[in-house]
Amino acid sequence: MSGVTGTDDTARRDGLARADAVLLGFVRALRAAGVEASTERVYAFLRAVDVLRPELRGDVYWAGRATLCGGHDDLERYERVFAAYFGTAGEPSRRPAVAAPPPRLRLVLRDAPPGARAPADDERPGPPTATLASSVEVLRHRDVAGLDAAERAQLNRLLAAFALHGQTRRSARRRPARRGDVDPRRTVRELLRRGGEPARLLRHARVERPRRVVLLVDVSGSMAPYADALLRFSHAAVRGGRTEVFTIGTRLTRVTRELSHRDPDLAMAALAAAVPDWRGGTRLGELLREFLNRWGQRGMARGAVVVLLSDGWERGDPELLGAQMRRLHGLAHRVIWANPRKARPGYAPVAAGMAAALPYVDAFVAGHSLAALERLAAVVRGADAAVAVSPTEITGLEGADRA
Amino acid sequence: MDDPEQVRARLEETGYLVDEGLAIACFLALRLHRPLFCEGDAGVGKTALATALAEALGAPLIRLQCHEGIDASQALYDWDFPRQLLHLRAAEAAGVKDAERLESELYDRRFLIARPLLRALQTQPAVLLVDEIDRADDEFEAFLLELLSEYSVTIPELGTLRAEAPPVVVLTSNRTREVHDALKRRCLYHWFDHPSFARELAIVRSRLPRVSARLAEQVTALVQALRAADLVKPPGVAETIDWAQALDTLGANEVDAELAVATLGSVLKYREDTDRARGLDLAAVLAARGA
Repeated sequence: MSGVTGTDDTARRDGLARADAVLLGFVRALRAAGVEASTERVYAFLRAVDVLRPELRGDVYWAGRATLCGGHDDLERYERVFAAYFGTAGEPSRRPAVAAPPPRLRLVLRDAPPGARAPADDERPGPPTATLASSVEVLRHRDVAGLDAAERAQLNRLLAAFALHGQTRRSARRRPARRGDVDPRRTVRELLRRGGEPARLLRHARVERPRRVVLLVDVSGSMAPYADALLRFSHAAVRGGRTEVFTIGTRLTRVTRELSHRDPDLAMAALAAAVPDWRGGTRLGELLREFLNRWGQRGMARGAVVVLLSDGWERGDPELLGAQMRRLHGLAHRVIWANPRKARPGYAPVAAGMAAALPYVDAFVAGHSLAALERLAAVVRGADAAVAVSPTEITGLEGADRA
Repeated sequence: MDDPEQVRARLEETGYLVDEGLAIACFLALRLHRPLFCEGDAGVGKTALATALAEALGAPLIRLQCHEGIDASQALYDWDFPRQLLHLRAAEAAGVKDAERLESELYDRRFLIARPLLRALQTQPAVLLVDEIDRADDEFEAFLLELLSEYSVTIPELGTLRAEAPPVVVLTSNRTREVHDALKRRCLYHWFDHPSFARELAIVRSRLPRVSARLAEQVTALVQALRAADLVKPPGVAETIDWAQALDTLGANEVDAELAVATLGSVLKYREDTDRARGLDLAAVLAARGA
């Protein structure tokens, strides 16, 4: 902070204004790095520095940390930007080198990559009545991996209108209702209002709430043809509220905030900037463990409907994945696995990861087309799992349904 | 208290050790009258901070434990309906005819039951602890937001009650749910990490002065080793203190691997974690601390 108070004592006000400018420059750099420091927070930051000793590096650091950061996720970025902006402790401070965010890998979607498609020549091109059905109807059943640019654009529009609601549960909160238990508080209040004259009984009933939905979207290389569509699906789900989205690949990234932009394309751009591991490998077990340790066990997965959107290709130890799935199954209300590859004819869950996970999955569905995603939404809403899991898959997978 | 250093000294007098960051956060909370939002794993001293602050300030600690469905009548105020009815009956029996006066009497302050939030506004000075805010639901958060920004409450029958001096507010969250940004924005944020070995040892020593120095050191080393292992629920400082106390109760002045395994139940609460801890070479950890 030598740049702040290093000014000579000609005019204190002048110096203060300059000090504020340096702090505001720091805030700008922080925002560029993705910390959403609102004006209100910045005001608090300046006030905080004002009552502390702005010439002390530590004071400025902690003041900013307390006022500008909104959560644990921000801390790491804050650390990084602070070090870049004010120099690391000990070394002479570098003046406003407004740190440009490091270049990030972007999600670039090739349209219908013929090479990327698995050799599935016998893939169904669509229902046989395609000539009669509307283009939307055809599109509903097409595998997302095989769409061209125009079809994809149409699909995106359809996905944007999606709604994903969790199964309902009874909440602890009560609302005035026509029928239900007598609400003593309101009844007595009414009674007092009439001077103690017995009045009619007022009632209240418990409220039904949708359960939280947690989506874990696999963005590894093997899922590349589906990632875009699945994330747009997630975007629509987040817009509906009470949904959390994470991407899994080689790292676990919480993207709920990025996806909360209203515009799907803006949201996807924000997401592409936030997720560092597009098209890498998959370490499902390890990342699921991270999810459970950091979020799930604390409560995010408790009583929630957890959906894994993945093909189950596990690079790591399948045993670990199995153990973590057991943990998840114990916490969540329902665990749903959507696997786009499931729709391929002759698919069997032989991928080691998939096989290890299946005993702890309540519903195993496809997720390759719009129709399949609609089906998924219905299962999340509480549609019968038995319909979703066909008998052939249940055989040999004892314990697939809840005891 | 004029600077963070003083805040730290006062808190340490109460037996609660703070680092620079937390001292600054507390100082800012006191000076800027902003709530302090504490996040971190269970058992790292979030709630204890409020207790220590209350003791350091010589103010009563008013605690509100949040849970799902908590509402204004549990958190803010309620009317004492039975007493109101009794009053009405008594007035009737005495043959009071002045209906208007009777009505105004019914909503008198003496029939008002102050719940924690209202109590905090009426008490000066006070430390208000809103514990585990993440367990409450969105409706309650919105309600709290209003209260914390104005430090005043409007009761329809009585009018607006304002705190003469705003209470010191500490909110804690275990992050079971993301608290809404609108609420966080009004607060100072502090993340509680697990302490380093030296700090944790100091905490144990200050909390349990009766425990032998050697035992405290060994227990702290063991807990630090357990935390480094990949556990479902890594133990917090509260567990370290529990463990040291348990061993002290058993009359131990030092601990060996065998005794440590036998008393694991006071630190680890999951069977998977206990199994994993048994697999660790606890004797080596103890040996590294200079047998």
